[in-house]
Amino acid sequence: MTAYSPLSREQLSRRIASDLPDGSYVNLGIGMPTKLARCLPSDREIILHSENGILGMGPGGDEITDADLINASKEQISLLPGASICDHVVSFTMMRGGHLDITVLGAYQVSADGDLANWDTGTPGAIPAVGGAMDLAAGAKQVWVMMEHVTKKGEVRIVERCTLPLTAARVVDRIYTDLARIDVTPRGLVVRAMVPGLAREELQRLTGAPLHFDERVDALSA
Amino acid sequence: MLDKTVPSIAEAVRDIHDSATVLVSGFGASGIPTELLVALLEQGARDLTVVNNNGGNGPLGLSQLFLAGRVRKLICSFARSANPAQPSAAAFAEVYRAGKIELECVPQGIMVERMRAAAAGLGPFFSPVSYGTALAAGKETRVIDGKGYVLEQPLPGDFAFVKARHADRWGNLTYRYAGRNFGPVMCMAAKTAVVQVDEIVPLGSIEPDHVMTPGVFVQRVVQVDTQGTAR
Repeated sequence: MTAYSPLSREQLSRRIASDLPDGSYVNLGIGMPTKLARCLPSDREIILHSENGILGMGPGGDEITDADLINASKEQISLLPGASICDHVVSFTMMRGGHLDITVLGAYQVSADGDLANWDTGTPGAIPAVGGAMDLAAGAKQVWVMMEHVTKKGEVRIVERCTLPLTAARVVDRIYTDLARIDVTPRGLVVRAMVPGLAREELQRLTGAPLHFDERVDALSA
Repeated sequence: MLDKTVPSIAEAVRDIHDSATVLVSGFGASGIPTELLVALLEQGARDLTVVNNNGGNGPLGLSQLFLAGRVRKLICSFARSANPAQPSAAAFAEVYRAGKIELECVPQGIMVERMRAAAAGLGPFFSPVSYGTALAAGKETRVIDGKGYVLEQPLPGDFAFVKARHADRWGNLTYRYAGRNFGPVMCMAAKTAVVQVDEIVPLGSIEPDHVMTPGVFVQRVVQVDTQGTAR
């Protein structure tokens, strides 16, 4: 087996950010995806949306200095020139009505059909809490998932069928992990990029559904 | 003369009755009418149904109502602490685990649209959100043109508790940044919208173009300073 290095979260964030098109409207889900806000390419205008009524969000400091300028993860943000504020009716109209180009969401599991499980770990006694995840998953033009390829215990996250409670069925377009970029297509999961040195057989071994490989598989790098 | 200002917070919440449904604005720490909630604790109404995006935000306000056993049911999208290191919904978790409160978990945008439907005089509506998931359990579903939908019910309030920035005596409102969040739709969806504001300004001083909630949707405004006392 050849040696390979999984991407760090920072490297993965930079890689996904570099794939966001100039001029796109993007929602970053809570958790890991919020890191993308700090590594957007400086040569592009990417307009970030936050479900609490903010369009044109910029990075903020590490401490809360203004509670009326926070993102969905309750972190400090700033407003960029051209930003706008709206209420929840309008904000969720943007999300559910297909007005946002891309949402980048964290996930526990994704199926080969693009089913998404990202709101309930299935832990007994956990308090159900969905937030805006189902609205985003149902309504964004494209759903990109950002997650570790396997769990801390080494269990697969990309699966034939999700065993955790679904957020939405058949919505994921693209999966970024610390090992690969995989697209959900009508012919199944297609690997578009992999970290250098990772063998195809090894990636398949770490994945719970059959993988197809694109004619050209790029290096997944930051 | 139309004057919706009330002189005290206690007066603003005086007629909240037992079993009322109260829509409460706020997202994170932003836009929460904490002083109205504290006044409701003192006022004593019980058996309440509360609609709020979160399960309280820190020890003041909703958390006090939960611990005092005043809330029968919470309709909510995210009743967990977003950051486990700084638990904001600890009181809710305590009463929920003790089986003392009912929770209806609703996708955030559906909570909003159910209130908007009630406000706009609409009946139940079909939405694709939550189709095929556990949150659609028990609801009517239908496939229309190949796409699955869930039938959602309007969600009206007897009262709304909202925080805004400025109000005039007609109830025209402005909000500050993301503090707007649920305020406009909750004012519209409640029979009686009670709004605490940083400042009551003279009629005509809010530019018509800048009014964010027109006064017709607001029944009471009370000015609250940062120490939480009415002026």
